[in-house]
Amino acid sequence: MLATNPSTQSAPVYDDLSALQQELDKCMHCGNCMAVCPVYATDKTEAGVARGKVMVAQAVLEGELGLDEPEVVEMLFNCLVCKSCVQSCPTKVDFGRIMLALRAAIVRKNGLPWLKQAIFGMLRHPAMFDRGMKLGAMLSGIAFRDAGQQAIAPRSPFAFVGRYVNFDENRLLPALATTPLRDRLPELVQIDGAKATAAFFTGCSLNYFYPETGEDLVSVLKENKINIAIPKAQACCGVPVFVHGDLDTIRELGRRNLDAMEATGAEYLITGCGSCGGAWQHEYLEIFANDPVYGPKAQHWAARTYDISTFLVDVLKFTPPTGRVEATVTYHDSCHLKKTMKVSREPREILKGIPGVTFKEMSSPDACCGSGGSYVLTHFDTSTSIGQRKVDDVARTGADTVATGCPACMMQLFDNLHRFDQPQTVRHYVSILAESYRNEKKH
Amino acid sequence: MLDAALIEQFRSIVGQENVLTSKVNRVTYGYDATADMPKGSPDVIVMPTSIDEVQRVVNLARRSGVALYPRGAGTNLSGGTIPVQKGVVLSLQKMNKILEVDAENLTAVVQPGVVIQALNNAAAVHGLMYPPDPGTVTTATMGGSVAENSGGLRGLKYGVTKHYVMGMEVVLANGDRVRFGGKTVKNVTAYDFSSLFVGSEGTLGIVVEITCKLVPSPKFRRTFLATYKSIADAGNTVSGIIKAQVIPATLEILDNMTIRTVEDFAHVGLPVEAEALLLIEVDGMAEEVVKREAEEVIRVVKENNGELRVAQSDAERDALWSARRAALPALASLNNTVVLEDATVPRSRITEMLLEVAEIGRRHKLTLGTFGHAGDGNLHPTILADKHNADEMRRVHLAVDEIFAAALKYGGTLSGEHGIGLAKMKYLGNEIGDTGLDLMRSLKQALDPTNMLNPGKLVPLAQEKEAVHAGH
Repeated sequence: MLATNPSTQSAPVYDDLSALQQELDKCMHCGNCMAVCPVYATDKTEAGVARGKVMVAQAVLEGELGLDEPEVVEMLFNCLVCKSCVQSCPTKVDFGRIMLALRAAIVRKNGLPWLKQAIFGMLRHPAMFDRGMKLGAMLSGIAFRDAGQQAIAPRSPFAFVGRYVNFDENRLLPALATTPLRDRLPELVQIDGAKATAAFFTGCSLNYFYPETGEDLVSVLKENKINIAIPKAQACCGVPVFVHGDLDTIRELGRRNLDAMEATGAEYLITGCGSCGGAWQHEYLEIFANDPVYGPKAQHWAARTYDISTFLVDVLKFTPPTGRVEATVTYHDSCHLKKTMKVSREPREILKGIPGVTFKEMSSPDACCGSGGSYVLTHFDTSTSIGQRKVDDVARTGADTVATGCPACMMQLFDNLHRFDQPQTVRHYVSILAESYRNEKKH
Repeated sequence: MLDAALIEQFRSIVGQENVLTSKVNRVTYGYDATADMPKGSPDVIVMPTSIDEVQRVVNLARRSGVALYPRGAGTNLSGGTIPVQKGVVLSLQKMNKILEVDAENLTAVVQPGVVIQALNNAAAVHGLMYPPDPGTVTTATMGGSVAENSGGLRGLKYGVTKHYVMGMEVVLANGDRVRFGGKTVKNVTAYDFSSLFVGSEGTLGIVVEITCKLVPSPKFRRTFLATYKSIADAGNTVSGIIKAQVIPATLEILDNMTIRTVEDFAHVGLPVEAEALLLIEVDGMAEEVVKREAEEVIRVVKENNGELRVAQSDAERDALWSARRAALPALASLNNTVVLEDATVPRSRITEMLLEVAEIGRRHKLTLGTFGHAGDGNLHPTILADKHNADEMRRVHLAVDEIFAAALKYGGTLSGEHGIGLAKMKYLGNEIGDTGLDLMRSLKQALDPTNMLNPGKLVPLAQEKEAVHAGH
């Protein structure tokens, strides 16, 4: 389905801050966002919550506060862009847009800080980025120790340094794959009697951190008689830089991705990450709204992008799994999957349909886990306090497995469960389905 | 700006991290949920975490001659927490512990920063509930709702905040800590201080602990939605239901403007030509009683020409409620400024009041919809306007004056549940007269002689008297 909101058809807010007034006017400062904001739940201050940030944005537009004053910048980046407030806002204020427009305006005014320039610049050169990530995987043994479950933790001298960027020795990270997902797969996986061809947009996390999850996703599509195109020319979706206000880089990455997918000729585009899927369904539409070439391409693909769960449940009417997976599973709603892509029913339907799976709903399953992409690096204490509430909710279900639909949440859940001494395994829901399909073949 | 030494003293009381002074913070504590109000800008925000700290902050503020603005979540609709005269915002949100839920005595003891819904969640474990349910139940604090004496949708059957406060601890302006009331149902010792401090809007003392009453949650309920071709039929249904000795938990009304806007906004299948809609819910502990009450409701609705929809399941109940829930958001979506009033009339005058409010809107060429708690006469005339249009805002202010005059004409009141605060202070004398104003000033003078607590709200002092009379 195409997004038909007229205001997104010409969205100048990312290039001109004064266009934000209309969005700010929608806020009646009722404060309902306080009920769901994860940052507010931790720090209990107005500057933490959407209402306060809207009022600061208004003060910026009125010239009362400067956009690039350090305390304004700090406040603007103390937000996970989880969009929980957007979901519960009675007057439908699109706070995600407000936040990203403000961040883009800061960058437009002052440019990117040098460190972000260096990192984001690398993303613009996928071949160099790819070599860097592989080198990192090879060298990681020096800086990190093996912590089991394909996880690593910083070794002591590095942990010491790491403390300054909030990586203490207790922090568990997924190991970087020495062979990334896209190197493991051909550019086209062809099946006899295929019903259709879907392009798989892997995103960086499935490519470099969780390639096995990516392989599970491919195996599930194969099981359902779908050809899969995995173009090597695809790059990062751009959302990680967009949330830092880097409009130029997301536009460059977006154009590259749109061209790469067009070359596949696929009928569908499948994602296994809420942030990546959200980029295809929404962000590309917005950033290319006035682009005569890439605007129409963005619209073409927005209408054909599905999270793997929606594609299986609603588009394909997927083959019911019959292999047993003995597990008590609870499901964490990734913010971008639920609040941007509106996907929450489908993963549950898949999990509940797997023989052997006992499904237990946790309280507030759609409360943010505290990851927020790089938020966990920049605001470690708040992030961990948010993560702890999620861990408590998980623990109360008695589940042995936490399923979710977004690799960034997987990383955060994995680290926080370990940090607070919980034994649950973290899996992408598609991996549990893939296991069920594999198990039925064993018999 | 306060001098640095004073701010340092606040830091030494509540800790570095609980004193906010940055420009961003001062902007974000300059407003509450009320539309069309001046913005304030406090000098500092202080967030105590114990009664002892509150006491020391109050003493320091008094000795230094600075104003104190107690604040919960800042969701009130009367401008009641706006720091209009600079000074210190005293945020009680970090005192948010539920100290006790006592299922034997049906009481709870809470700190002021506890969110109402959090108390309800804790009470639900025992099959109990805390009935006052303002629209902000998931965000508003107990301290704030006690200070504002909040109502809600269940007021008709279950009463409002004042009916559930059994005792409290208060820090007075002179720094004294006073405890009164408690867990006993009966208590006639001393003056009824709870009644004095409930609804005092932060002008008489700082409420630092609350003992409140809980009740068993009803086990059965039935929900109805009735639409009418005339407001009079809806009004007669309301009085007919009460006359049949049925007290519904919810008895809400939406006028035609609100119905059309909700349908346009949420597409819930409402007849847009209907002049009025009633949402009716009866509840109770015994199925037999609820069933009998439901039959009476059906009879009265039919006798008054209502089109009836009955919820047969939780999902259908949810669907019927969605019209009422969407009322404010739908109206608010029409323009950038939502002036939401709560003028209240005796239940028997609802029809006249609805017609008059609609006429006031037409007379001033305003977009105006009314919804509200028909069962207790508490209406929410809601005006949607463009704050950037000075002429329209002038007409809004005229309409608001006339709405209050109408409420008083029908024997009603300026405010059913939002409070007086800053927004309605100029009308206060119209309802309680000069002697009433003098009584308020005497109380304020006795408890807060330096006018340190939430100055400029609720009580028009002598120097503000002129302004009050200008509002006549």
